[in-house]
Amino acid sequence: MLPFICRRVAYALLILLGVTFITYLLLFLLPADPARQIAGRSATPEVVAAIRAQLGLNQPFYQQYLGYLGHLLQGDLGRSYIQRTSVSELIGARLRPSLELMGAGIGCELLIGISLGMFAALRRDSVADKLLMAFSFVGVSAPQFIAAMLFLYFFAVQLGWFPLGGYGGISHLALPALTLGLLGSGWYSRMVRSSMIEVLHQDFIRTARAKGLSRARVIFVHVLPNAIVPVIPMIGIDIGVFMGGLVVVESVFGWPGIGQLAWQSIQQIDIPVIVGVTTLSAVAIVLGNLLADLVIPLVDPRIDIKQH
Amino acid sequence: MPEYMPSLSVERLCIDVGGGESRRRVVDELSFALYPGRTLGIAGESGSGKSLTSLAIMGLLPKAASVPSGAILFDHRDLLSLPEGERQALRGKRIGMIFQEPMTSLNPLLTVGQQLAETLRRHEALSRSEVRQRCRAVLDAVRMPQVDKRLAQYPHELSGGMRQRVMIAMAMLCQPEVLIADEPTTALDVTIQAQILELMRELQQQFNTSLLLITHDMGVVAEMADQVVVMNQGRMEERGTLQQVFTAPQATYTRKLLAAVPVLGSAPAPAVLGEQPVVLGVKDLSVRFALRHGWFERPRTVHAVEGVSFDLHLGETLGLVGESGCGKSSTGKALMNMLAYQGSVKLLGQELNGLQGTALQRVRRDVQMVFQDPYAALNPRKSVFDLVGEPLLIHDRMAEPERRERVAQLLQQVDLPRDALERYPHQFSGGQRQRICIARALALNPKVIIADESVSALDVSVQAQVLELLERLRAEHRLSYLFISHDMAVVERICHRVAVMYGGRIVEIGPRDKVLHNPQHPYTQRLLAAVPVPKVGHRRDFKKLLKELERPDPIKQAGFVAPPQQFAAVAADHWVALE
Repeated sequence: MLPFICRRVAYALLILLGVTFITYLLLFLLPADPARQIAGRSATPEVVAAIRAQLGLNQPFYQQYLGYLGHLLQGDLGRSYIQRTSVSELIGARLRPSLELMGAGIGCELLIGISLGMFAALRRDSVADKLLMAFSFVGVSAPQFIAAMLFLYFFAVQLGWFPLGGYGGISHLALPALTLGLLGSGWYSRMVRSSMIEVLHQDFIRTARAKGLSRARVIFVHVLPNAIVPVIPMIGIDIGVFMGGLVVVESVFGWPGIGQLAWQSIQQIDIPVIVGVTTLSAVAIVLGNLLADLVIPLVDPRIDIKQH
Repeated sequence: MPEYMPSLSVERLCIDVGGGESRRRVVDELSFALYPGRTLGIAGESGSGKSLTSLAIMGLLPKAASVPSGAILFDHRDLLSLPEGERQALRGKRIGMIFQEPMTSLNPLLTVGQQLAETLRRHEALSRSEVRQRCRAVLDAVRMPQVDKRLAQYPHELSGGMRQRVMIAMAMLCQPEVLIADEPTTALDVTIQAQILELMRELQQQFNTSLLLITHDMGVVAEMADQVVVMNQGRMEERGTLQQVFTAPQATYTRKLLAAVPVLGSAPAPAVLGEQPVVLGVKDLSVRFALRHGWFERPRTVHAVEGVSFDLHLGETLGLVGESGCGKSSTGKALMNMLAYQGSVKLLGQELNGLQGTALQRVRRDVQMVFQDPYAALNPRKSVFDLVGEPLLIHDRMAEPERRERVAQLLQQVDLPRDALERYPHQFSGGQRQRICIARALALNPKVIIADESVSALDVSVQAQVLELLERLRAEHRLSYLFISHDMAVVERICHRVAVMYGGRIVEIGPRDKVLHNPQHPYTQRLLAAVPVPKVGHRRDFKKLLKELERPDPIKQAGFVAPPQQFAAVAADHWVALE
């Protein structure tokens, strides 16, 4: 167990190193100039040059990057160019709302995805199955910003069921979480459906029925746990896609989270914040995958992490 | 309760599969009765409808199947007209079932104890401790060693035989009046089969259960059944007592089936080969697989094959027998150079170990293989011409018209029509596909053919034909076969010499009749004692086989050197390993 986690953490550090490097490099190659952005349109070239020197942007790439890494090792994510505070403070203030939305969103996603997938598998090839799969296809392919706008318009503006946006209690959380859940559930419902159809044909399901168990017990005790196993690693991988959705949904719903922060900092070319948020999502993805790997053996005793 | 009252009777049962145009009758007017404490065997080849019959009794028919007419009477009620709820209450409680494949018939995510307890709690109101007690008792009844440990184990931690014991225990938990066993031992090794059959006999006597035994193996029928129903393509060909069916079969199909079944001890003496040169010389062959290990663990290896030596002569068939995991298939693969191995393999004096690239390819044309599963061994997207002609293309770059001619000739040799050339594997039956595999193996005029369980997946009548074909080809082409099999009766039919493998080593090797009829090694004796014989009045006592033989653990620390094996000559050419 311990060697497994140690090895995974070592890999994770390598991944994070790669992520910061690539982000930094891409931002360096970007034709946009943060110094000009800060100085404003009417600034003289001297002012822009002074800002550039002050931020260390005139140094060669490797020096900038190594400097950043050095600070990162001390836990310092740098300072925002625009907001004049440290990046860790900016992120820290927005971490909680984002985690709330993420938790609720993933919860909705799994709840909707698994139940629809189950329903479709049990009614295989029926009209309901085909409609559900068509719906999941729409969910998978719909652009998030359009779906988010539509939901906001219908449920908040027209029907008035939910507040128009902003941060608050459950009522504020519900609509963005549902949006994320509905959009993300498509993958899960398709996966659960195919995995469940496969499990339904397994010999041990026949055995369970031959024991005289009720249909509900066969489905919930024998079919579902087996069908869920391949979905668990999917959740870990999906966190990356989910972070992308978070950026859009938080911006549309005015949710004061990391996604919104990312959106703003990209617009302002606030490089330390962009790199910080990217590093944080990489941490989230790595953690999500580690968690999924640790949870699987609890569900499936055949998987022994000691052998990996 | 008089013994003459049947506990379950099936009357004029018909089962259809599919709907509309593609509707097909798969069971037609089947009738039989089961009596308490008695065993009825349903025998038949694949596609005879025997498994669907058992599923119909359980009420577990797949959605595509329907029962247009007939009745299944149990306890004065027709099961077919009972509502699903009442059928559920009967299943597992009064009618139990054991399935063929123990490896996949248990839920991998639940412990043995959980799966047993679940059945009990469904049908009886018991306290937690009573449930546990009953589970322990039933595992004891199937002679499960270390019951308490087993209850907490998951299915993947148990061997196939142990899992089948769990299946039987599960079916017997509520002491059902009727037990249906659908090919309960087909997937098991012969000694494990004997154990399971013995257990079923014991339990039947203990609880006076009616046993419906469905099998394709006439040997198992002869060992177990009181009454026999012979089915063919959905029709009942014959019904009678075991004595009647085996000694005076009425239906032509039964006679044909019984004639095709290989009976151990009945094969004619093999043709005398005389002194022949050695084609394939194997010396100290070892195959090892490294296990994955952690940072702080010592590396370990699986010793799959350990110092195997034998000679294969020109025109000879050497049988390699043993149970699953004994290393016989690994030996075959090593001879094909498909696995890395240590030791020496010489083909006509040329050392094969260490060959690479073109030299290896040149040698491969002389050693060909025919695999077990003809359904999996042929690429479904290629035509027969492509499949059989591919070796000719690879090795000889033969031009298309020439190749077509050669493939047609090969197909003729394996008794397939010429028009098979353009067809695809799915258009052929299992036996025909195996013929295609044989034609492919023959394409390059090999010297040695390794047949790895090549007839195991086939029905007996087809099996007999394929064996005949192999025999004819051997004589015509002066081939040498290494015939890997677990089936003693088949080995007896086709082999000149037999080598018995156990735990990665050869424990006994010699002429066929000496090894099979005068076995010297305790393992060979045990193996032969477990083979069910399809003859009446030959019922064997498998009780002594219930005790497990101590199996050497094939996993060793890296660097482990096995002690060299000593052989003693029992008779001319008959060698037995000394312990």
